[in-house]
Amino acid sequence: MAVEIRLPTILRPHAGGETTVAAEGATVGELFADLTSQFPGMKGQLLNADGSLHRFVNVYVNDEDIRYLEQLDTKVAGTDQISILPAVAGG
Amino acid sequence: MLEVPQRLVTEMFAHAIAGLPDEACGLVAGPAGGTRLDVFYPCGNTAASSTLYNVDAGDHLRADRDADERGMEIVGVVHSHTHTEAYPSATDVEQAPDPSWHYLLVSLREPTPSLRSYRIAEGQITETAVSVTD
Repeated sequence: MAVEIRLPTILRPHAGGETTVAAEGATVGELFADLTSQFPGMKGQLLNADGSLHRFVNVYVNDEDIRYLEQLDTKVAGTDQISILPAVAGG
Repeated sequence: MLEVPQRLVTEMFAHAIAGLPDEACGLVAGPAGGTRLDVFYPCGNTAASSTLYNVDAGDHLRADRDADERGMEIVGVVHSHTHTEAYPSATDVEQAPDPSWHYLLVSLREPTPSLRSYRIAEGQITETAVSVTD
């Protein structure tokens, strides 16, 4: 099932400049596996070496942060809106 | 050159002052890849600190969607330095996520707030002149 993912500006160069891309999967983790196989340059920016979500990345299914759902196991449907945003911080 | 309407400068300074004694932060939107800012989104600082900021992630999502509806993009972040000059700190450089963003700094060190803007790419800081427009 294809789900639309909205990319932050920092990841768009890896996807030929596209704002949104489609990926296949029934969970956020499956979507990310498909996304990073389509666009390998994103892998190190989204996931840690152990496959967990990078701490400087926030992922939303509709309005919900997946850290407060089931993380990468969060289920998705074709009508869901997935948004990836960088954590923005400094001093 | 970065064009910033006076209205936005006023909003940024007011948000910075309202956030004291902590640092305040917000996001700015404008035309994609452009050099003009049109909207300032005040955001919560979840670090609640006078030396650190962390843009509230929910505020970021709402700002991103609103900018998208306006046909714009989030093109940068603003934060305040409460007692130091408007220049990126080592932490700012280390944590800057996006080389295409404008990093705006409001300094509250002097009685009158000041605003400066930078690009931060691969650890290098480059100042962008700010032109305040009507």
